[in-house]
Amino acid sequence: MTTTTRIRTSPARPAAVARRPWWRTRTAAGLAYAAPTAVVVGLLFLAPLGLVGWMSLNRWPLLGDAEFNAPANYEKVRDDPLFLDAAVFTLKYTVLVTVLLSAAALGLALLVQERRRGTGFFRTAYFLPGAVGFAAASLLFYGLYSNEFGPLDTILQRLRITDEPVQWIGTPNGALFSTIALVIWRFAGFNMLILLTGLQSIPGELYEAARVDGASRWQMFRRITLPLLRPTIALMLILSITGSLLAFDQFFILTNGGPDNSTTTLVMVIYRNAFFRFDLGGAAALSVVLLVVLVGLNALQLRVLRRGDD
Amino acid sequence: MTTRPLRGRRLGAQLLAAGVLLAGALTACSDDTGGDGKEAAGVNGTDDGTTITMWTRAATQTQSERLVKQYNATHKNQVKLTVIPTDNYQPRIAAAAGAKQLPDVFAADVIFVPNYTSQGLFKDLTDRISRLPFKDALAPSHMELGTYEDRLYTLPHTLDLSVIFYNKDLYRKAGLDPEKPPKTLKELAQQATTIDQKLGRDGKVNGTFFGGNCGGCFVFTFWPSVWAAGGEIMNDDGTRSQVDQAPMTEVFDIWRGLYENGVTGPTTKTEQGPTWTGFFPKGTVGVMPMPSTTLGLMPPSMDIGVTPIPGPDGGESTFVGGDSIGISATSDHTDAAWNFISWTVSDEAQTEVMAKNKDVLARTDLADNKYSAADPRIVLINSLVAKGRTPYALRFGQTFNDPQGPWLRYAREALFGDTGKLPELNKAVDSSLKQ
Repeated sequence: MTTTTRIRTSPARPAAVARRPWWRTRTAAGLAYAAPTAVVVGLLFLAPLGLVGWMSLNRWPLLGDAEFNAPANYEKVRDDPLFLDAAVFTLKYTVLVTVLLSAAALGLALLVQERRRGTGFFRTAYFLPGAVGFAAASLLFYGLYSNEFGPLDTILQRLRITDEPVQWIGTPNGALFSTIALVIWRFAGFNMLILLTGLQSIPGELYEAARVDGASRWQMFRRITLPLLRPTIALMLILSITGSLLAFDQFFILTNGGPDNSTTTLVMVIYRNAFFRFDLGGAAALSVVLLVVLVGLNALQLRVLRRGDD
Repeated sequence: MTTRPLRGRRLGAQLLAAGVLLAGALTACSDDTGGDGKEAAGVNGTDDGTTITMWTRAATQTQSERLVKQYNATHKNQVKLTVIPTDNYQPRIAAAAGAKQLPDVFAADVIFVPNYTSQGLFKDLTDRISRLPFKDALAPSHMELGTYEDRLYTLPHTLDLSVIFYNKDLYRKAGLDPEKPPKTLKELAQQATTIDQKLGRDGKVNGTFFGGNCGGCFVFTFWPSVWAAGGEIMNDDGTRSQVDQAPMTEVFDIWRGLYENGVTGPTTKTEQGPTWTGFFPKGTVGVMPMPSTTLGLMPPSMDIGVTPIPGPDGGESTFVGGDSIGISATSDHTDAAWNFISWTVSDEAQTEVMAKNKDVLARTDLADNKYSAADPRIVLINSLVAKGRTPYALRFGQTFNDPQGPWLRYAREALFGDTGKLPELNKAVDSSLKQ
């Protein structure tokens, strides 16, 4: 806006600017450039968001007319014991996955940080699982863990490590950690890539200077690598936390929320309400609650991150 | 300044593109609800070369495919069949209904039909069905569940009954008489235990098996024992649970004993459903309840006996499962769709497609036909259609089939866990049914 004003008040070409029709001004051009994205965002994001908000205030049948019933759907969310269990489990899973995944990704990134013979191969190898679709990867692990046709049990029994089938996804903890193993396998390489870009932007002179000053490897890691990697780590944390709070595919395919609802995530509760119980209004209310929590969490994370930059 | 006109043109193109996008999206959202066309089309609907879209679930894919193939070969109308994985079928139907994108015709697990009819997903076919000459011979439990507030919405599509399969070779090896299958559930437990003790020492053969983390499997395989003993699972309108009463408790106790004694195989407790029928064909299970539709898929060399599911002390019953088929409420091709679905229950389709392939028939008047006599096991299964039951409840799926539903928790505590928790969990089953 300031540039437009400056052009208009410029004494050199006032007449030319004044005569230019509105659709040839810079403001109009700017709006036009933004329009396609604005339409897409409006149509595919804002409109559905508004619809979800409106649905959450109505009894919304599969076919037929909606009926305003606010705040009944939100009261149902509050009174649903499965919702509370799922919220606790989702938080537990998020913390575990974020910590383990970050540690694994950082370890991998440090391993392949420097250019030596074979780093290219290892970088590709670590990243490769990221090229498998997540649902396909979940199915793959389902097969791997299967007691009926999975190879893991056979191998462990041949090696005489176990003498009967392991219940990979048959116990609450087994199911949780089997899923976490899948998530780390699938995402560690991708997070490694994010961290690598951060690592490579740290100037080599810093390490050289530290070495001259007689710093140990650990001191260099703590005083140089970690502080300068902070923005990259923050990005990785945001991606991992948001992704984990929205976890669905892996549990839906691998554990089906079981055994005994021990691995049911919030999004699975939404899915169940919408598509098994046909309670679209209740599912919308749950989605709104989850959205508010997520926006709040992301705002908090960004604030912490910005403070670190100052 | 020479760039100005160009920019203007580019701007125009962008606005146009945005407009096209918008228009496309609006058309996609538009409402295309159609009414129930002309009633004048006659008993058999119309066969005028219409393309009819149809969905079915993978569990009954074979039967649907055979019917569609035969219909397309003999009619001008053409059915386009889409098969959807069984576990995702219900959500897909729900999503499609919400977007008014249902196919013309869809089959559904008979147990979910009351919920669909109450949600208005199927067209009212009362008048058309009443005019069928064989309407009284249509599989009774399927017809009952397709009736909502005295109106008829669906026809039986496929029938899948739960029956006991037993491996005659293993019976012989264990010293049991292969011509004396269990007449009571207690006898089944004894025979399974004998097989397990005599042949199961290396862990490869097990006496019996059941899907221990699969709500639908319990419904399908355990409930017939309750009915066989004269018991009930719910009250008549499916709003009150009686799962905490005998004979259900007795049935749970027998299976719990088999699990605790290691007769059921190590993966029983974790079996979620997709592979529960996979063990018997391998020849590693002595005796277990199985779906009748899998009989045609057993290895030809296996010597398999079939017998009805008994109660704890005798009697016999079966769960009449399978699919019903109806015309979706939003279809514009009612007459053509009726032509197809009424043909699927005709003499021709039932005998030359279903009976010929050893499937259970949707009509009781055709049970005795030129194909069924060849295999006494098929005659037995066909005879069970009239004795079997299909339970009715509006909230069936979310209570009994849903892995997060209350029934699975209940059954697992009853079989593997703490029976002290059962009264509390029964309340959860109850309130889910009442919703």
